[in-house]
Amino acid sequence: MITGWARPFFFLGDQCLVLLADLGSMGIFLLSTLTGLFRPPFRGRELLRQMRFIGAGSLAVIFFTALTSGMVLGLQGHHTLNKFSAEGMLGSAVALTLVMELGPILTALMVAGRAGSAICAEIGIMRISEQIDALECMAIDPFRYLISPKLLAAILTVPLLTAIFDVVGIYGGYLAGVKLMGANSGAYFNSMMVSVTNHEIRLGIIKSFVFALLIVWISAGRGYFVHRIRGAGFGAESVSKVTTQAVVLSSIAVLIFDYLLTAVLL
Amino acid sequence: MAYSETVATAIEFIKVSKTFGGHERSNRVLNEVSWAVPKGKTTVIAGGSGQGKSVTLKLILGLLKPDSGQILVHGQDVVKMGQTQLRQLRTKFGVLFQGAALFDSMNVFENIALPLRERTKLNDEEIRAKVMATLATLELAGHEEKFPAQLSGGMKKRVGLARALQLEPEIVLFDEPTTGLDPLMTLEIYRLFQRMQKQLGYTAVIVSHDIPKVFELADRIVLINKGEADVFTDAGQIIHSDKPHIREFAEKTIGGATAFRSI
Repeated sequence: MITGWARPFFFLGDQCLVLLADLGSMGIFLLSTLTGLFRPPFRGRELLRQMRFIGAGSLAVIFFTALTSGMVLGLQGHHTLNKFSAEGMLGSAVALTLVMELGPILTALMVAGRAGSAICAEIGIMRISEQIDALECMAIDPFRYLISPKLLAAILTVPLLTAIFDVVGIYGGYLAGVKLMGANSGAYFNSMMVSVTNHEIRLGIIKSFVFALLIVWISAGRGYFVHRIRGAGFGAESVSKVTTQAVVLSSIAVLIFDYLLTAVLL
Repeated sequence: MAYSETVATAIEFIKVSKTFGGHERSNRVLNEVSWAVPKGKTTVIAGGSGQGKSVTLKLILGLLKPDSGQILVHGQDVVKMGQTQLRQLRTKFGVLFQGAALFDSMNVFENIALPLRERTKLNDEEIRAKVMATLATLELAGHEEKFPAQLSGGMKKRVGLARALQLEPEIVLFDEPTTGLDPLMTLEIYRLFQRMQKQLGYTAVIVSHDIPKVFELADRIVLINKGEADVFTDAGQIIHSDKPHIREFAEKTIGGATAFRSI
């Protein structure tokens, strides 16, 4: 029994060990999922089903978020640039903000909230009802069968959703800045075409690939290890707790990686 | 009582130990236990709650590793196997889980067809024919479109058994197969087990606390209690054991000798 002055150190050491074990498990989880992408038999139908769920299913929410954030950018941009008599740069400001930052990050946050939570809950329920054990006992690799199609679907659809977000957002900015506030239409698109180059677009696309990977990795991983996460409890309660945890963790991871990628690639 | 080897063995535990938890809360569930499962026969693993019955099943499948000892399946040591070898080994097993572990997003047909789709090269027509034949054998015909949530407890077990038998396993493991079933359904499931084993000739390992009824199926009984495993050929041997803790277990779980008169 550890008592007295050693107790805080014991507690700290114990927490570090739990964290390291968790990180190790998540690392192996990611590797197994990535290798699962290349192991036959491939599940084409399941991939399409997941693409429909993660991609097509998120279209409405992405459209709405993009339109409103683009319109807010248009209004605020017009208001700010007007002070410097530079409203001709409105298109450039809206497009650069959307393509490099808001597009990838808001798309990722929406997908994390909508699809990430669903992935985590699905895998978590399969774990606690022994469905994943059943797959292993049938010698079916649960990574290849369950997780890899979700990862590939997210990697393929999140960049596309981001592109749609960018386009809708730019038209939202046009609607608010040009149609409502009266900025020059030609200047809006001209300034945008001059300032948005391949470099900015590439940065946005790379971000969306990384965010898609992070969302599925963290969401599916939390669900997969639901039975081993300390303090998560048991049964339905554990699934609800890890689902919340998955959305929070993947959102934080997206924000952190957004900064890191911007710092490295800008 | 030591189990002496006279017939071919499917599974063999040799001085296997397993402890859970660390430091202050360690719990030794198995303490150098040795026992074997004869090929083609039914072995029942019985014991109280938390005595290591389900752990034993997970050890056999390589889902858990023991602290020490050997676990041989058809002569191969499971403990030393890597993931690829384990996956290969698991193709020899069929497992019926406690809650049947059916995939709840798939209907009965898809559940039973899954191992065939994933593990064989059969085409859709052959899979359909094989699944429908199994459904008929297990009296499930007409239920193939239903989802697990629409099935009764007994039907779920039968679908679970149908799925476990699709790849014609050499060994079938049953984890608490009658939990949650009424006595009549329990009896029906036991009869089904006997019929299917006779038909297919697999080795059966049944983990159960349904004592003494499950002993009716047993060719061998492995009693796991307080970290030890004792092997018996029939239920009568248990109550006449020379070990006090075995007699105590028999008293507590089945009310001693009187309960066995009918067996």
